[in-house]
Amino acid sequence: MEKREYQWAWLMVLPVVLVVAFSAIMPLMTVVNYSLQDIFGPNSRFFVGTAWFTEVLRDPALHGALIRQLLFSAAVLLIQIPLGVGLALCLPKKGPWVSVSLVLLALPLLVPWNVVGTIWQVFSRPDVGFAGVILNGIGFDYNYTGDSLDAWLTVLVMDVWHWTSLVILLCYAGLQAIPDAFYQAARIDGASRWAVFRFIELPKLKGVLLIAVLLRFIFSFRIYAEPFVLTGGGPGNATTFLSQSLTTMAVGQFDLGPAAAFSLIYFLIILLFSYVFYLTILNMDREG
Amino acid sequence: MSLVLEGVNRTVGGETHLRDVNLTFQRGEFNVLLGLTEAGKTTMMRIMAGLDHPNTGRVLEDGNEVTKVPVRKRSVGMVYQQFINYPSLSVYDNIASPLKLARLSDSEIDRRVRTEAERLGIDHLIDRLPSELSGGQQQRCAMARALVRDARLVLLDEPLVNLDYKLREGLRSELRNLFADRDTVVVYATTEPEEALVLGGKTTVLHEGRVVQHGVTAECYRHPASTTVTQVFADPPMNLMPIQVDDGRVKVEGLFDQPLPAQMKDLVPGRYTMGVRPHHLYVTPGDDRITMQGEVEVAEVAGSVTYVHLAVNGHDWVVEERGVHVVHPGERFDVHADLNRAYVFDSADQLVAAPQQ
Repeated sequence: MEKREYQWAWLMVLPVVLVVAFSAIMPLMTVVNYSLQDIFGPNSRFFVGTAWFTEVLRDPALHGALIRQLLFSAAVLLIQIPLGVGLALCLPKKGPWVSVSLVLLALPLLVPWNVVGTIWQVFSRPDVGFAGVILNGIGFDYNYTGDSLDAWLTVLVMDVWHWTSLVILLCYAGLQAIPDAFYQAARIDGASRWAVFRFIELPKLKGVLLIAVLLRFIFSFRIYAEPFVLTGGGPGNATTFLSQSLTTMAVGQFDLGPAAAFSLIYFLIILLFSYVFYLTILNMDREG
Repeated sequence: MSLVLEGVNRTVGGETHLRDVNLTFQRGEFNVLLGLTEAGKTTMMRIMAGLDHPNTGRVLEDGNEVTKVPVRKRSVGMVYQQFINYPSLSVYDNIASPLKLARLSDSEIDRRVRTEAERLGIDHLIDRLPSELSGGQQQRCAMARALVRDARLVLLDEPLVNLDYKLREGLRSELRNLFADRDTVVVYATTEPEEALVLGGKTTVLHEGRVVQHGVTAECYRHPASTTVTQVFADPPMNLMPIQVDDGRVKVEGLFDQPLPAQMKDLVPGRYTMGVRPHHLYVTPGDDRITMQGEVEVAEVAGSVTYVHLAVNGHDWVVEERGVHVVHPGERFDVHADLNRAYVFDSADQLVAAPQQ
């Protein structure tokens, strides 16, 4: 009797095993396959060991892309998380303006990624774009197609515009979930606004912030469409991030072996950072 | 100290939360605020604390007006239904937080935190975070925070509601001792009549924003001032029925016609409302008992007690009887009452006769 139940259980799990196999394990194993072999055609393949990995890890162009990528993700987190929390605190808690502000905030999130790039490409043009013309008009020599720093800042501002709303909406939901009695208790204690934030709101937002940091890190670390449309990775390679290098390698040059090795390293970096963020935020409450 | 509410009214958006409240609370007293949900208990507490201000009326502390004094300038401790602690601070730091904000010396803070934690039986948990405690322990921590500063006013807003039955009884029996030797005005809000009776002290019965009775708890229970009080301060509520008194007899058309029992002797003839407690109705006949017929609506067996809900002459009554009695909905059911145990309220809804003790 017990044995039969056991076999039933396996049968019930089978659909999930199949779905995971088709959606995750098999594509991943294909990549692993390519990363360890030099493949010319269906019947001609050679095992190359870690050669592709060594090649990729020694590629100075990829080092540059990795550094730019890390700087970009760091800037994104440092700007968007505090800004998102701050703006969420400023939103009205009830009343007719709640739905108005939530809808307005959600708008950038609804725009497809390549359209975001196009919008900012036009918006920032020094000759006809609203922002470009004004910046030049008030004395800045701004030109995102020619100047590396300008291009970089434009990509960053574009990402802040596109994604800060996500952080705001997540934090706003987290703040709304705090019972009013917490604020009353703080008032009775005579706690300052800062103390309310530090000892009530911030700890209560911990779970939401974990999600926000992870999502923002992962999305920003994989950024592709927006800078590709806006600058094409230029000027030079100032805004060439990891995923664009990868695409060039795999689709442009058809170097499938190195590209596969690169993909796996890319994936492991994201996994590692996500895990570090996860542990850090979870253990945050032990201090102070 | 004493805390006085004088003609306090509070209206929010056209809705009356409190209406003409006049009350005096003395220090060292345990005060129960009893009322159904939305009766105005929390509103009254917020005004006492200074979290909200009345639209009209005054709040006096020891004769000094504090109506508009904000909460941080008062001396208040408050405990809520939810377990409110600072989530990222240890139990020790939670209890210490009001003392730190009051800028006491470290040694004094340490002494008081440890004393208070010990009184509430959480001294062994002092290094834990609130999230690592059970519900009962979290509420003990919140109580220690409210008590540690020796506030002049301590407000407890249904603090035991979210605890399970056993924990609730344990903490409730400790509560009176916790406040026994304190020089504080203690106000405890609850919806449960039983809780008021166990806690004792004085009770204020609130209904729809009005004070309907205020006095020593047992006295309020024995002499409910109006039928409203009998519905709030009794669970299940008292059974009511219009009666007619004349010619030395009390009668209900089609139900009974009896000589007046002792407590009703002085009533002038007229229409009244009679009230009988559910445990003064019986399923067995007896010498002094009259018999009425009703129809069973539902019967609940609650352990050693059975509650039979029935319609008597079109009124919903409840009979509380010891033991397990199996009755079915729709059944004809004889209920027996001792009129000597009946309360009588006049047409102005004032108590005019109560059973002799």
